[in-house]
Amino acid sequence: MQSDKATAVSRRDLLALIGTAAGSAAMYQAMQSLGFAANSAYPGPIALSGDVKGASVLILGAGLAGMTAALELRKAGYKVQVLEYNRRAGGRNWTLRGGDTFTELGGFTQTCAFEEGHYFNPGPWRIPYHHGAVLDYCKRLNVALEPFVELNYNAYLHAPDAFGGRPQRIRTIKTDFEGHVAELLAKATAQGRLDEAVSTEDKEILLNALKAWGALDKDYAYKANLISARVRGYAKGPGGGLDAAPAAGEPVALRDILKSELWEYLRSFSQIEFQTTLFQPAGGMDMIGKAFARETGDLIRYDAKVTKIAQDDSGVTVTYVDARAPAAEQTAKADWCVSTIPLSILSQIPINVGARMRAAIDAVPYASAVKIGLQFKRRFWEEDEAIYGGISYTGLPIREIAYPSSGLNRGGRGVLLGGYIFEGSNAYEFASMAPAERVARAVALGSQIHPQYPTEFENGVAVAWQRVPFTLGCAGYWTEKTRAEHYDDLCQIDGRIVLAGEHASYLPAWQEGAILSSLDAITRLHHRVVRT
Amino acid sequence: MSAGRLRQLTLIAPLALIAPAAALAQNATGKPGEHILSTGFKFAEQSGEALYVNVCQACHMPDGKGAIGAGAYPALAGDANLAVGASPVAVVINGQRGMPPVGFLMSDEQVAAVVNYVRTHFSNTYRDTVSAADVKALRSGKP
Repeated sequence: MQSDKATAVSRRDLLALIGTAAGSAAMYQAMQSLGFAANSAYPGPIALSGDVKGASVLILGAGLAGMTAALELRKAGYKVQVLEYNRRAGGRNWTLRGGDTFTELGGFTQTCAFEEGHYFNPGPWRIPYHHGAVLDYCKRLNVALEPFVELNYNAYLHAPDAFGGRPQRIRTIKTDFEGHVAELLAKATAQGRLDEAVSTEDKEILLNALKAWGALDKDYAYKANLISARVRGYAKGPGGGLDAAPAAGEPVALRDILKSELWEYLRSFSQIEFQTTLFQPAGGMDMIGKAFARETGDLIRYDAKVTKIAQDDSGVTVTYVDARAPAAEQTAKADWCVSTIPLSILSQIPINVGARMRAAIDAVPYASAVKIGLQFKRRFWEEDEAIYGGISYTGLPIREIAYPSSGLNRGGRGVLLGGYIFEGSNAYEFASMAPAERVARAVALGSQIHPQYPTEFENGVAVAWQRVPFTLGCAGYWTEKTRAEHYDDLCQIDGRIVLAGEHASYLPAWQEGAILSSLDAITRLHHRVVRT
Repeated sequence: MSAGRLRQLTLIAPLALIAPAAALAQNATGKPGEHILSTGFKFAEQSGEALYVNVCQACHMPDGKGAIGAGAYPALAGDANLAVGASPVAVVINGQRGMPPVGFLMSDEQVAAVVNYVRTHFSNTYRDTVSAADVKALRSGKP
């Protein structure tokens, strides 16, 4: 057992000690190992200095990875051109608004009928505070951000087969679960069951901590009283004047919480990606793509479907056709190529790279995901249920309902994320339906949580990423095994070709991964160019 | 929580977008004529037809003719790769390029059922069938 004195050294003391003894580099190293400085891998704006000798770069894909490369490489002096399959920039950075149409594979066309001012992000929809690259580009490109409410204690956790199907407030499940666990731990501590692990001195502190953390009473019990009510909420809230005293409600029994499995959802809020503060661009996620396109749009050839990528000693030649009139082949040439084409598509395009990159391109399947946006006549979740932003989780196939983080408390219509189905059986099942059925099923299922659904629902759109023509899936689906076998081979420069995108990052499906991957790829490419 | 469920959650956790599903029941919801929505993480559909209609047709389409965008989903109608049953079984289990490995969400019986369905529909007329035992053997051959 360590001495009390050694364990009593605070982190700050330790850092001061290291800083004095070994200088600031060691201090930074130590800070990283303690987890203070390491959450963002973004080192700040890149500076690609040196003579690029008139070199040219062809970028495939005008999503965030491609446009980051275009913006930075042009700034460094390269001749840059971009080929993009869609008629718009942004890729998965995408927002649907009233009047927008979208045709998925199989031919179903949806026209979004949302009222002006409302929107739905079929792809990325939130930005964690430690996604430094996305935040920095937003700042540099003047994209206005606002808070994205991830955790709302007043939203619901719902299991169709628990609590008679009644949704439970996150606040009460979280508090009651922690309260009961704190009580159990306090009991074990007091009875001496933890003596081997906890010193006599620490025991006292631990009991006090459990009391505070778990909202326990003076006897270390978790009960219906005003101590627990201050955390889990009141049966009758404190008011003014006569008859204003608050009343406590009865906690949910531990066995009911355990059986319901609702405790599982508490974990999602504790993951670092979902810890406050999160952001969203005001007006829709595609504000980022549009801002990038303002900078790089003149370099982009839209409606260009790549059909072949060939490199030799002298350069890279990419063959493409007009995506809307694919008869005539055209070619684009450059000294170097940055491909951000999703691997689900790149794996189908002839490309002469080495066997190792080829194997890596073929090794990453794409995750399945479906998102459903629903417009309602009124914001009943705010007006009736006091839910302002945040997410309710459910065991129903829709998995979650996310409430808008903007336009709060203003009345009028509102658009919910009525389902976000990522992987698993339901993602394929929803994708197999026609869009109208996806919407209808989301409304039917969601009404188990919000009975206002059937009367307030107006219209909806549903995007199944498996059927999105420009990605054939949501994001690269890596496993530990495929990463160990293929990741480095995917990221290495192969001759004159380098790959970038969320699939070439350890942040799959996140925009941060796309940008970080792009910055890393073009930095390595640039070093090669100025060195030779 | 079953060990299988834990494994699935671990598998998808790196994507950092998971919403853990609380329900584990093995049945499914859906009125007659509606698509099935399984109530567990794995597919509840058992027959080859139900599996095709609720899983495969997301990409290969109701008529089995696939689809073309920036890339393509191959047609299963008249697909020569179906000639040897083990080949589609391996693709269902392991995935292949744009095709995700959906076999881990199915039992050996389900994989066999859907492969047999595809090999006898969409103008495919193969007479031999694959069995759950064949699927099991192929599954253990490749991790």
